[in-house]
Parts: sequence; C-alpha cells; structure tokens
Amino acid sequence: MSTSARYTREIPQRYRLEAAKCKGCSKLFFPPRLICDECGGKEFEPHRLSDKGKVVSYSVVRIGPSQFVEQVPYIVSVVELEDGVRLTCQVADAKPEELEIGAPVTIEFRKIGEEGDAGIIHYGYKAVLDRFK
Amino acid sequence: MVGIVGYGVYIPRFRIKLEEIAKIWGADALAYKAGLLMEQKSVPGPDQDTVTISVEAARNALKRAKIDPTEIGALYVGSESHPYAVKPSGTIVAEAMGATPYCHTADFEFACKAGTEGMFVALNLVQAGAVKYAVGIGTDTSQGAPGDALEYSASAGGAAFIMGSENLVAECEFTDAYMTDTADFWRKEHQYYPQHAGRYTGEPAYFKHILGAGRAIMERAKAKASDFKYAVFHQPNGKFPMKVGKMLGFNKEQIEPGWLVPRLGNTYSGSSPMGLTAILDVAEPGERIFMVSYGSGAGSDAFIWKVTERIKEVQNLAPKTRDYLDKNQIYLDYGTYAKFRRKIIMSESPQIL
Amino acid sequence: MRDVAIIGVGINRWGELWESPLRDIFVESALEAIADTKVDHLDSMYVGCMTSGLFIGQEHLASLLADYLGQNHLPSARIESACASGALAAKCGYFEVASGASDIVMVAGVEKMTDVGGDGATYALSTAADAEYEVYHGVTFPSLYAMMAVEHMHLYGTTSEDLAHVAVKNHKHGAKNPLAQFPFEISVDAVLNSIMVADPLHIYDCSPITDGAAAAILCPLEMASKFTDKPLVRVAGIGHATDTIALHQRKELSWLEGTARAAKQAYKQADIKPQDLHCAEVHDCFTIAEIMVIEALGLVEKGKGGSAAKEGTTALGGKIPVNTSGGLKSKGHPVGATGVAQLVEVTKQLRGECGERQVEGAKYGLTQNMGGTGGSAVVHILEAI
Repeated sequence: MSTSARYTREIPQRYRLEAAKCKGCSKLFFPPRLICDECGGKEFEPHRLSDKGKVVSYSVVRIGPSQFVEQVPYIVSVVELEDGVRLTCQVADAKPEELEIGAPVTIEFRKIGEEGDAGIIHYGYKAVLDRFK
Repeated sequence: MVGIVGYGVYIPRFRIKLEEIAKIWGADALAYKAGLLMEQKSVPGPDQDTVTISVEAARNALKRAKIDPTEIGALYVGSESHPYAVKPSGTIVAEAMGATPYCHTADFEFACKAGTEGMFVALNLVQAGAVKYAVGIGTDTSQGAPGDALEYSASAGGAAFIMGSENLVAECEFTDAYMTDTADFWRKEHQYYPQHAGRYTGEPAYFKHILGAGRAIMERAKAKASDFKYAVFHQPNGKFPMKVGKMLGFNKEQIEPGWLVPRLGNTYSGSSPMGLTAILDVAEPGERIFMVSYGSGAGSDAFIWKVTERIKEVQNLAPKTRDYLDKNQIYLDYGTYAKFRRKIIMSESPQIL
Repeated sequence: MRDVAIIGVGINRWGELWESPLRDIFVESALEAIADTKVDHLDSMYVGCMTSGLFIGQEHLASLLADYLGQNHLPSARIESACASGALAAKCGYFEVASGASDIVMVAGVEKMTDVGGDGATYALSTAADAEYEVYHGVTFPSLYAMMAVEHMHLYGTTSEDLAHVAVKNHKHGAKNPLAQFPFEISVDAVLNSIMVADPLHIYDCSPITDGAAAAILCPLEMASKFTDKPLVRVAGIGHATDTIALHQRKELSWLEGTARAAKQAYKQADIKPQDLHCAEVHDCFTIAEIMVIEALGLVEKGKGGSAAKEGTTALGGKIPVNTSGGLKSKGHPVGATGVAQLVEVTKQLRGECGERQVEGAKYGLTQNMGGTGGSAVVHILEAI
C-alpha cells in the first residue's frame, strides 16, 4: 500500500503551517476548507500561521497505538497559536512535570513517525517549551 | 561580492556525558575525556534526524537573512546521515522553508565535509550569477558503533547558510579545496556503523588535508595567521583542531570562540559550519575568519570570511549557537540513549497490553 | 408522525467472547429481542457498528446480519457514527416507524473487538478522531479525554479522586448486572493505583474492550399492545447533533456542545425537564466523560459534574441514578452496540425488570450515546406508559 499521495497533499500544512484565510471575513482555517462556516465565503488566501503559541491542554500517552509504541511515553497537547488557531500536536523533548496550561511553546519541525523500516518517513510539527528562558 | 546573508544553527536538547558511555563498556572515562578533550556530546531525540535539524537551522538562517524564501534558487544539504538512502533530504528542507518549486536541490555526502561542500557550491552559484540566493547546510546525526571510540564523540547538530550578493553579514574573500583519495574512514551501503583506520585517520588524513587546504588559501590570500581574529577547523575531538591550528600559526584565543566540540561532540558535516555560526554570533564588523573543514576519504574546503556591518543587526534575530549548546540540556542515561538511537532490538510487530 | 414504542429488547453475554464470531453475537441478541415480543416478522432493520472493517475485516454487515438472522432479503442498513452508531441506528428505526413507512423495525448494534491486539484496537478506535490532524500526531482516545479532563480540572477543580468515584459508582451498579463484563466492585484506591494510560486517566478510568450486541424492536405505539403483554415504553423524545471531530477545534475542550444540543431537542419533544428524569444511561467511555455528559444534559450545573458520583447524586438511591447497568465502564463497551444497550437498560428500568438495580417507580429515563470526543451525540428519552 502506498500512502505517498495522501502524505504529499498535506505537506503545506504539516511542513509550513499553511492555513486558509477567508477573503470575506478573515477567519482562519487550519487545515484549509472550501467554505467558511462564519460567512459562507468560498474564496480564501493562504496564510502562514505563527510558530508561537501556548498549551491549552495536554496529556502523556503511556499506551500508544502500534505506530507510536516505540515513542511512549510522549506528550500530546492542544496548542493555541498566536493567530488564535488551535491544533493538536506532540510536545517534544519535555518532561511531563514541565507542562502546564498556558505554557508558551514554539513549533518545531520533527519526525512524527514512519511506515515501518522500509516505508516513508512522516514529518510535521511538534511544539517545544521555551528552551532559552 | 558574495557571502553569507543569513546563518542559523540547531542543536538537539539531549546530552550524554562521556562517563555514562565509558561506564557501560568498562572503559576509563578520565582517559577518554583527556584524550578527546571532551566532556559530553549532543544526542538527537527519537523524532530528530538530519532533515529536522536542517529545517530548524535553515529557518533560523531565514530569520537573519530576512529574504523571501521563494527567491532561493538552490539548496544543498550535506550529511552522512541522510534519512533516506534514495530520496533527497533537500526537497523536504526546501518545502519546509517555502523555497519550492523553482529551486535546484541536491544532497551531498563526503563524510564530515559535506556541509562545507554545500556552502562552497552555493557561494559559487551566486558568484556565477545563476541564482539570487543559495543555501548550504551541514547537518549530521551520526552514529559510532557501540563501544567504539567514535561512540564517545559522534553527535548531532547542523548549521545553515543563505548565500547571496547583497546585505551580507560576512563576505567570502577566498575559497580553496584540497583532496586526495585516502581510505581513512568509510561506510558501505547497508552497513549501519562506519569503519575507520585508527591512527591513520590522524596525520596522513586530517592533518595532511587541513594543512594542505589551509596553506593553499593563505598563499592565495597572501595572508598569515595573525591577519585573522578567528579560526575554525573540523572538530572530530577537542585536540585535533587546536593542534592543526597551532601548526598553521593560530593561537588558542583565535580558535576557542568556534571550538564547540568539548560540550557538543563531533557533528560531522555540521562541525566546522557550526563553529562558524558561534563565531558569527560574537563577531564584530571588519573581523576576518579563517575556516577549513575536513572530510574523510579525504578532503578539505577552506574559506576566508570578512564580517560586515550588518552582523550586528542579525546576531539576535535567532537563537545563538552557545545558547543551544549550554542552556537547558537534558542529560540521558545510556539506556535512554540506546533507545533513542535505536540500538535496542525491538519486536517486529510491537504488541502492547 | 406516529408515536413509537419499544416492544422488545435483547442483550446477551458481553465480554471477551473468544468462541463467537460477530454474526453469532449479533444474532443471539437479535433473537432474544424478537422473542421478547409476539411479532411474526420484521419490516426492516438498522444495525449500528463502528468499524467491523478494522476489527474483523468485514464490511457490508447489513446484508450479512439479515441473512444470518434468518431474514434474507429484509431491507437492512448498517449505520456508522463511531461510538454513537447504536443510538443512531435506533434513531433511523424510530423515524421509519414514526413516518408510517414501516411497522415493525429492529434496531441493533454490534461490535467484535477482541480479534485484534491492544494496539490494533487502539488504532481502530482512533479512527473516530481526525485521522490527518489528530491521529497522525499520535493521539489516542484516552489522551483526548485526558486533555478534556485536564481542562475540567483546571477550570473547576475536579480531581483524580472525583474521576475515580465515577468508576467506583458504576462498578457498584454493574456488580448488580449479571450481563456486565466486569460485574464486581472496585475501590477508589484501586482506580488511583491502576496503571496510568494517559495522564490523568488510569486504566480503571477507561471502559474496556468488549465483544457484544444489543437489539430492540420498535413499532407504532397504537399497535404495541398487540405485540407485547409487558408494560409499554414510548420513545418520548429524540435529539441528535454533531460537533467538530477534532477536539482542538472547540473553544471549550471540556464542554460537550453536541450532547447539550441533542438533549435540548429531546427534552423539548418529550416536554420534560432534566429534573423529571428517574434514570439515565450515559456514555462513560472514560470517567471524565460521565462528568461532562451529566453537565451537558443539565442533570447538574456546568462545572459541578466532578463531585456528583462522590456525593451519591448519580448513584442508585441518589437524586438521579446514572448508569444503573454499570455503564460502559463495568458493563463493557462494544462500541457499536452501546447506544442500543442503553435503550435496553432504560426499557427494562421503565418496565420494572431490573431486579437489584431497579429504580423504583421510574417513569422517564434518558439515554445519551456519543461518538469520538463528542463529535456526534444522540439522546433518547423513554417514557413508561
């Protein structure tokens, strides 16, 4: 089974946080959509989201699905970016006790998983806590 | 006039101390520390590889260059740990930077010299007028075989340089290269860990090529060691760059600002390029930097940089190399390190519960 | 629209049914539901099932199950809305009867979950979340509900002990239900000392992996006494709503707007208020879920769900007993079957058939079934006539 097509079409979002901005009401959608749920607008322009945000909520996955078994324990989080857009991602390099609601984070480019030893590598965004405070 | 428009670095947050590695193999930690002039090395997280580190370094370079990424006409990633054997790292990095699709890309591999190769080619493409901006990146997440001397030094990190012809932070005054066929270190296809020729990697390999390139570029530039504020060399351990620097007439004060290896380890393709970023972080306009890389196999690239006025505007636009190196590290025990570096044999179809 | 009655219910052994294939698990409950009535035929059938494709590699269930039920050629449809598949199948059956299109309709739910390993089940269930923007990043259902719990704790001071009390209460109820997968009591300490799955949720905060089915027969209320001698149970109200399936797209992670909207519709149709209810079966896939659901249903004030189990409000004998069957936690959670099993329990409560766990004089009972992190929600209100 090849997941190349499915993987490739999400690249603008996963690599560059590309959202869509409604030309009618300026509402941001991540990932992009074809119709705005605010004003019904159907025209959008690409908008690159901020790589800064804060933790809305989080958990530590200690029992993971097959693809992530080798990564446990890992932290997952809902993050709100400065643009107001929320997304789900892992918080990398952190100890669970370092996490708290509201903690400032930066988005970094990381490996998310891979399709076995021979399959393609999945890249994308993860959050990290401020390293240089 | 061509040179660096923006530079950036990235170092993973994890470290392992030499004592922790020595303990596992019953080795004499103090002897290793004294022999290598090293205390610790960086370790990539399980979700980091040459591509992710290159992307972060390149984004930091973009923050300093303040250019439109679509104007990047070429991008080269040099590494001996590209995550794919076939499929470029450069395409992923270019996508993440927003430099696609009108961009020439290739992955370079020349042991620890692949990073400066990318810089060399990027500079010369700009010089030739073929592209407005070109990116050269050197990154590695190298592995030494468990218990081998290389395990104490092989580390992770990368540096990226956006080359252009205006708004430079450092002008490239001269480049040179020196190369012979020398089998001091190699890894064949399908082999997990590299092989090396022990002490043969020293005098006939590292020293011969760095001195060859270093003397050639000095002659071309009609320069002497005292004309430079800084010197940076490939850093496979703490001792070699100090020794080769001394042989070329440099003193400790010139070498130390870019001498990262005692607390970073050997980042292979990232080694001398990262040393250069540490120097640029502290450099003043008008200062000159002498740089020679080394890659087994074997060859050296040499550069002479002259720092411009713009350096002061960009130094604080992205995290500095010494901040990545020294702030907020997480120290690993050998077990976690072995897990992160996939040295543990796992079930083929992992089961839980 | 005609009034609709539930005239027969069937539920069978739940648990790890190593020897039974999905089709037999379904047929056993379906036959029991038929046997609970005097009907001599079915006009159509709706089966809720979340993901037999991922669990056993079998789709096209509607036809397979009609055939194995001895009803080859029966109009039959399989309904999917993640863990709300069962209640949604019931809603479809309800409207088919109410509209006059059919008279006797079976609504059922089934899931066979134990033919895959733990990580396989985790993966199959995770498909109820956004595959590209949640699951891609390694989230699991326990971790999604854990994030809801973390926010609830942050906003309202809910504690791990509060969560544990939900599990303790539901196991206490389930201990009185011989069909429950785990019919035994547990202690608060046992919950708090059990393995952490996704902080702050322990394994005893989570519903189990279960094989099981449940079925009910619907007919017009006006014909009901022809098909059953048991007390009549009317479907007094139905509500159904959706919400974003990606948790991060909601403004409040710990508020179930889908459930709140479904409940509002159901209360309106039934013309009752939350305080008129005598019992409720709600979707406690995790302990925190029950806390959020009772808030969204208006059984307690928003933010006050945390202490309800601990204070006994939602226990048998309390103000509003919740999950007298043991809930998903103790009874089990064969995902596609759960919504129908909730209707089975409330029907039995309204008929006075619940034995030790009977809520005396129950006249109105509610079921709430939801999919994913609340991205789909179906609420039924049943009334004893």
